[in-house]
Amino acid sequence: MNPLTGKLHIPDAPFRPGQHADYSKVTLPAAGELERPDVLVEERLIRHMPYSMIRVLDTEHRAVGPWNPNLDVETLRQGLRFMLLTRAYDDRMMRAQRQGKLTFYVKSTGEEGFTVAQCLALRPGDMLFTTYRQPAAAIARGAPLVDMMCQCLSNSRDNLRGRQVPTLYSFKEVNFFSISGNVGTQFPQAVGWAMASNYKGEDHIASAWVGEGASAEGDFHYAMTFASVYEAPVILNIVNNQWAISTFQDFAGGEHCPFAARALGYGMPGLRVDGNDFLAVYAATQWAAGRARAGKGATLIELYTYRAESHSSSDDATRYRPVDDWQNWPLGDPILRLKQHLIDLGEWTEERHLALEAELKQAVMDAWQEAVSYGTLEEGPRPPVAAMFEHVYKELPPHLIKQRRQLGVEP
Amino acid sequence: MTMAQALNSAMDVMLARDPNVLIFGEDVGYFGGVFRVTEGLQKKYGRNRVFDTPIAEGGIVAAAIGMGVNGLRPVVEIQFCDYIHPAFDQLVSELSRLRYRSGGQFWSPVTVRTPCGGGIHGGQTHSQSPEAVYAHVCGLKTVMPSNPYDAKGMLISAIEDDDPVIFLEPKRLYNGPFAGDPEQQSGRWDAHPKGEVPDGYYTVPLGQAEVVVPGDELTIVGYGTLVHVAVAAAREAGVCAEIIDVRSMMPLDIDTLAASVKKNGRCLIVHEATRTCGYGAELSAQIQEACFWSLKAPIERVTGWDTPYPHAQEWEYFPGKKRVLEAIRRIMEIA
Ligand SMILES: Cc1ncc(C[n+]2csc(CCOP(=O)(O)OP(=O)(O)O)c2C)c(N)n1
Repeated sequence: MNPLTGKLHIPDAPFRPGQHADYSKVTLPAAGELERPDVLVEERLIRHMPYSMIRVLDTEHRAVGPWNPNLDVETLRQGLRFMLLTRAYDDRMMRAQRQGKLTFYVKSTGEEGFTVAQCLALRPGDMLFTTYRQPAAAIARGAPLVDMMCQCLSNSRDNLRGRQVPTLYSFKEVNFFSISGNVGTQFPQAVGWAMASNYKGEDHIASAWVGEGASAEGDFHYAMTFASVYEAPVILNIVNNQWAISTFQDFAGGEHCPFAARALGYGMPGLRVDGNDFLAVYAATQWAAGRARAGKGATLIELYTYRAESHSSSDDATRYRPVDDWQNWPLGDPILRLKQHLIDLGEWTEERHLALEAELKQAVMDAWQEAVSYGTLEEGPRPPVAAMFEHVYKELPPHLIKQRRQLGVEP
Repeated sequence: MTMAQALNSAMDVMLARDPNVLIFGEDVGYFGGVFRVTEGLQKKYGRNRVFDTPIAEGGIVAAAIGMGVNGLRPVVEIQFCDYIHPAFDQLVSELSRLRYRSGGQFWSPVTVRTPCGGGIHGGQTHSQSPEAVYAHVCGLKTVMPSNPYDAKGMLISAIEDDDPVIFLEPKRLYNGPFAGDPEQQSGRWDAHPKGEVPDGYYTVPLGQAEVVVPGDELTIVGYGTLVHVAVAAAREAGVCAEIIDVRSMMPLDIDTLAASVKKNGRCLIVHEATRTCGYGAELSAQIQEACFWSLKAPIERVTGWDTPYPHAQEWEYFPGKKRVLEAIRRIMEIA
């Protein structure tokens, strides 16, 4: 008998439009269950970890277990503030896109938590290689909202001179690397950055993120190999938000093995973390950063989360998934979970929360007013046309001087 | 039919005719592709024949090569041609040379479909035109249709071709003809003669240029979106230009181009890709070799500038009607 079926195994999404978002196959260990090994532990002793999940906040919003980072209240409130600010920013920018002021936008709703937690757990000198879905990283690093907006507007104050589509920021002054439109490319670059840091004898590390979808690219595997071979001081994060545009994570290999478990083949620690649990993400990042700074090399972290909204302004997720999928996501909303935790600690109230939301919304509105005063893509003022020819090379070569003249836009 | 529908129809026809035809790529299955070009095909032919892939362009092309070697006829979609580069080695060192290096023992009839060109505010990673790169690689055929009728007929030819084909689809033309004026809406394919597309099987052979508009004062050679820009510019210039759609960069139908330029003595080449080593350089060289003694003016090129495709300055970058018009006037002024 021929055991082959004449049919390819093609993974399928667990639910599609019109169906119930059923998460019964998502198995989660309870918060606090997984032990916290020493930062210098030998990798071979923690090979079970990627098959479990680091969780700190329990169903009652208490911080439990050995991974509790025991953060002071100020850090928790700071985290909440950055998360809320990111959500307000995203909402404003998507509205602007719908009003025709932006050509494109990508929201990060539901994924603000891990980015903020990680940025707070890292040091300002550590280099961030993010994806397009992490405005929270720029915000947490202190990039001015107005500057972020001006980039999205491609206006006269755009620090990238109109060259990039919205959200592909670059903020060297806060160690935030230029975001590429080609997914995955930043992953091995971060490893090289970290190798250079080691070479120079500095204790800055790099942190890179890639979507679970993009983790199928060869670049992911280059990064893992180089990080492993050279024991580079880098944190490599896979953001498993379940979807890559319309494609479920099973198409990137998630059907057969947790993404964090890919670390095993490289002899690298792999941590799988509740990505909507601010405390768990903070603790895991702190662990990996400590290990990297101690000269023990890279850690792979899978951030388990959910993409709450459509892929981008060009996408309509209701064409390929149910409308209630995020509402039913078993790991909830990172903002509500941290808020509830703070309230339970007696360090926060509904009133303060509402007041903070209003304050941040106003801050975003004010920034927006200022940003549009520097122009919009449609109505200008825009970056000068001549800027198109600059930065192709360090110095303008003769043929570009000639082409600029042909276009009639001498600077 | 729109160009997107015509391409869909070509794949529909080929899936029905040949059980060895498979369609795959990022988001092409359930969703039907980010430009909707494969819409409905998975539903009609099943997940075994039309399916999604991991985000790994190198993997997509490499797997297609292997399938092709083992008797299948894969048609893969690279979501944007700007994202084809992870597959560069597989295309350039493998797919293109397999027949040659194995003394004809192995080959793989892969068709790589991919949207190209700008005009949608896509910035540097959703706007490029890489035809010259692939035309430069021996063993690949490289083509680019400019209308629905050609798109369907050429895609069927590409799928049936036993050589690998890079099939470039100007994305700005998917849903309507576009003459390069951002102030104006795209036209409608159902109001365009080339929007009339038969439902069933037919082919447009690869390697044939087409005279789109006959004329006797000047020859304008272009392809993709720039064909429509050239037609509009020539009309506005009031010049009786012969406009030729190259359609196929490799193989190139130099005879059709040369016959026209010999007759008219003046030639303008237009394309959206960057200028240096762009496909226009090859066209210019071959036309000059064939037509030197008939030329009344130097051959000119209007192209994208030698910079990455910018976001804010898209319409200053795009070689639109104004620049084509100026070039036409310059060429016509030469006595
Ligand atoms: C090399 C490359 N291939 C394809 C694309 C098109 N693309 C952009 S985002 C995306 C999905 C990415 O999904 P994932 O990595 O899971 O990240 P998410 O968007 O879910 O955050 C795709 C296919 C691209 N930008 N780059």
